[in-house]
Amino acid sequence: MSDKSEQQRLSVFKTYKLYVGGKFPRSESGRVYEVTDSKGGTWLANAPLSSRKDARDAVVAARKAVPGWSGATAYNRGQVLYRVAEMLEGRREQFAREVADAEGLSKSKAAAAVDAAVDRWVWYAGWTDKIAQVVGGANPVAGPFFNLSTPEPTGVVAVLAPQDSSLLGLVSVLAPVIATGNAAVVVAAERAPLPALSFGEVLASSDVPAGVVNILSGRTAELSAPLAAHQDVNGLDLTGAPADLAADLEAAAADTLKRVRRPSAEVWTNDPGTSRLTSWLETKTVWHPIGV
Amino acid sequence: MANEKFAYAPAPESRAIVDLAPSYGLFIDGEFADAADGTVFKTVSPSSEEVLAEVARAGEADVDRAVKAARKAFGSWGALPGAERGKYLFRIARILQERSRELAVLETLDNGKPIRETRDVDLPLVAAHFFYYAGWADKLAYAGYGPDPRPLGVAGQVIPWNFPLLMLAWKIAPALAAGNTVVLKPAETTPLSALFFADVCRQAGLPRGVVNILPGYGDAGAALVAHPDVDKVAFTGSTQVGRAIARTVAGTRKKVTLELGGKAANIVFDDAPVDQAVEGIVNGIFFNQGHVCCAGSRLLVQESVQEEVLDALRRRMSTLRVGDPLDKNTDVGAINSAEQLARITELAEAGEAEGAQRWAPACELPTSGYWFAPTLFTGVTQAHRIAREEIFGPVLSVLTFRTPAEAVEKANNTPYGLSAGIWTEKGSRILSMASKLRAGVVWANTFNKFDPTSPFGGYKESGYGREGGRHGLEAYLDV
Amino acid sequence: MSSVVPAFGPDAPARLAGLADVTASDAALRRFLHGLPGVDAVGLEARAAGLGTRSIKTTAKAYAIDLAISMIDLTTLEGSDTPGKVRALCAKGRRPDPTDPGTPHVAAICVYPDMVAVAREALGEGSGISVASVATAFPAGRVALPVKLADTADAVAAGADEIDMVIDRGAFLSGRYMEVFEEIRAVKQACVRKDETAAHLKVIFENGELSTYDNIRRCSWLAMLAGADFIKTSTGKVAVNATPANTLLMLEAVRDFREAVGVQVGVKPAGGIRTSKDAIKYLVMVNETLGDDWLSPEWFRFGASSLLNDLLMQRQKLSTGRYSGPDYVTVD
Repeated sequence: MSDKSEQQRLSVFKTYKLYVGGKFPRSESGRVYEVTDSKGGTWLANAPLSSRKDARDAVVAARKAVPGWSGATAYNRGQVLYRVAEMLEGRREQFAREVADAEGLSKSKAAAAVDAAVDRWVWYAGWTDKIAQVVGGANPVAGPFFNLSTPEPTGVVAVLAPQDSSLLGLVSVLAPVIATGNAAVVVAAERAPLPALSFGEVLASSDVPAGVVNILSGRTAELSAPLAAHQDVNGLDLTGAPADLAADLEAAAADTLKRVRRPSAEVWTNDPGTSRLTSWLETKTVWHPIGV
Repeated sequence: MANEKFAYAPAPESRAIVDLAPSYGLFIDGEFADAADGTVFKTVSPSSEEVLAEVARAGEADVDRAVKAARKAFGSWGALPGAERGKYLFRIARILQERSRELAVLETLDNGKPIRETRDVDLPLVAAHFFYYAGWADKLAYAGYGPDPRPLGVAGQVIPWNFPLLMLAWKIAPALAAGNTVVLKPAETTPLSALFFADVCRQAGLPRGVVNILPGYGDAGAALVAHPDVDKVAFTGSTQVGRAIARTVAGTRKKVTLELGGKAANIVFDDAPVDQAVEGIVNGIFFNQGHVCCAGSRLLVQESVQEEVLDALRRRMSTLRVGDPLDKNTDVGAINSAEQLARITELAEAGEAEGAQRWAPACELPTSGYWFAPTLFTGVTQAHRIAREEIFGPVLSVLTFRTPAEAVEKANNTPYGLSAGIWTEKGSRILSMASKLRAGVVWANTFNKFDPTSPFGGYKESGYGREGGRHGLEAYLDV
Repeated sequence: MSSVVPAFGPDAPARLAGLADVTASDAALRRFLHGLPGVDAVGLEARAAGLGTRSIKTTAKAYAIDLAISMIDLTTLEGSDTPGKVRALCAKGRRPDPTDPGTPHVAAICVYPDMVAVAREALGEGSGISVASVATAFPAGRVALPVKLADTADAVAAGADEIDMVIDRGAFLSGRYMEVFEEIRAVKQACVRKDETAAHLKVIFENGELSTYDNIRRCSWLAMLAGADFIKTSTGKVAVNATPANTLLMLEAVRDFREAVGVQVGVKPAGGIRTSKDAIKYLVMVNETLGDDWLSPEWFRFGASSLLNDLLMQRQKLSTGRYSGPDYVTVD
């Protein structure tokens, strides 16, 4: 044990893959791109450079998951989401390392971000069976009618994850989408996709049904255009959209009247409120006569 | 069924209650004014083609002036205590009630819809809407949008011709309650009731510039939507225009709500209360000549009761009284415009050409004005244009289904998602269907019911945002 | 159905026999009645209220008023009734407005069985006015069947043209439909005179006690299957009598029955209809639900007393242009 090189073990690199339909495919294009640390120097890994077709496949997977997930009980969704938090908690160290690399944070700050992400996820897990009571309710119409408004998921939501916060930002935009019963197609932060891709593994090892969350890495500009125009996408979260593209993406989304959440500056550690939940909810109002 | 013995004598509502001026201006900053370029257009009564008045036609310069007036007024209106804003709205609600007969007759004249509907549906709902939102003005902190939700500023609102005053109420009441000021463009075929509403605002003492009314065409609407100093855009109308608006506001800070088209399925199961279902079908598609975005324009009837239901429906349709909208016994009035009549006619012809069977009861239509008999198409499939496109007229397409799953599949098989109807006596089936139908309003064992407390709005390409109820405030608050 | 026959006609029993399977047993009858389409109360009431907003003016109003007068079963059903009271009613029925001989006479005089002979005599021959008698221990009907049949036979023998029987609501509400059915059939049989002609049978449900619209629809079919010539809403002796909604429902039932069986049955709302405005609303419902075929006293009646004077005052207003007052119509 005198030789230093004998003491060093050659580490096993991880092949980062997409997470689509509950599986971990490579990009159908066969392309990858280099991911470096936040300073742009050190190579961290190759990430799949997803194509338009990968985006299309992800939408198909998401659509397929909608009936089951939106039809699951709110309690069940809460249980599943909480399980995700448990899995994430168990991999804190891995994520702290990935976040530190991705965002150039100190170990302690990265660990704090991961903790915040776990807590954020737990927060949303608890919302699944409460949001309907907060935003829905009985309407006192002037007539012999039972009238009830309830929130329902919008359907398939394409999410451009924030570029500035690779894990806390990601869970902050993703959790509300699925907590409300939607299925998501997420485009990970372009330069820092590794925590997002690893998060796919967390989801897969939880009880999240296949297709409820689909995670793509690649060029945000390349992937966002087909998603914004896709006719089977119901909602579009532009949080991580490139500033010069946001307006065009919103305009493309107008063709099928998608629900669009515009980009806005956010401090990810702030109380998120309920607006990210209600962004992806429709209000359904049911009337029925009251008579014997 | 013969109805010869007991023929109802004409029972016309007097139009003397409406004092129509020969011409009307734009209502900007509390004053009526000509358009900057002096352009005018004529508004006609669709039941007779009689010219009712000449109306100033707003252009881009007028839009700019109105938005400036609204912006100026916003400073003090938005800062007014909610309780004071609420009192203005209560005043407006009361004056609308007092003047409801006058406004009903006016609406019937300008729109062509039966007086029975303007009197019994439109006007009561208009007043109720203002009354409802008046009460919210000083309770916004309790609406679930934070402790001190702020208004957005100037709301640019564009409304359709099918319920001119009611759509005005849906737009203006929540906007003012939340503390916004408004510039509203009524439809070019129905500008009059909005201009009379300006007079209601005057009587209520509403501060200048809080409400501005700009009669005009699509170009004025487009200019309003695109105006850089508009903070909020609210539109009710076609999906096509809704898309264009969504594109226009893309990349801006403007908040948008859109209430667009629909192709609602009205689903009748074999255990339905048949007589009430038939009433619901008739009310669903022939109410307001079918000029209703949430009209039940696709009847999905279970195959096992198809004949029974259709026989009853034809019998009932034969008793519909089509004609003079001012006659208190008229059930179906005039089509709103020659353009709309042409569209309905074209789609009905397409229905025949595609092989559906067309039926209408024998009814004598007036010789002047725009008319279309209540019409039924049977043998319609999902592929037919009349099953997919919004006709916006008194034309019902009948399709059949065998199982609840098939009914859901067919009902949801449309880019629209505004409303749906379910008719069955089985409670658990109602709840199951209601949860599976992708539509913002589901009427079970009833149809076309509206209430200011009840949120209204669509899924998918029927638009976004809700009008009515607590939910309706969100569109006008900075939240 | 190729043709329609009246419920009181000789062909009706054969038509009804075609439905013998549904009345073959208590179970079959129950299955049939419970298989009828349900009634949504709110929708039904909304439709009735909607028809109530029809505006009937000038010539249409004049027609409706005269038609309504001609459809009245002018009624006195009080413990205090005397021959004198009944004679006065008959005189009023024959000539409702002494100042205008053009006024139509009423359809019938409706009395208790013991007053039938008095009414018969007071109306004389050829008045064109029927004598209707309530029977079967009206209004409660709580006596044994033989007493009900005797009550009926007695009224028929005394000269009643029409019998208004009450059903056994207790039996109906406890689900003994066959018992109600058989009882109606027995009373119908008791309406047959010695010469084999028969008094017309009106079957009173007492809608207020049946309580739900589903029950009223079932009862309508039950009574029609049993041979009712008329179905009648109520006795006028309970809190809820004829309403626009429950009458509309019965109109729909006779419409559907004729469609299905080819037998035409009449409808009589009774109790609570006091003004011309009310009466016209009912006629509008008949017109728009059933049409011309039911717009005659043969097929539609009003069980009423004070209604007549209001119709007469409205009639005077139409002919003179002045509003009339209670002193210008006769008290009964």
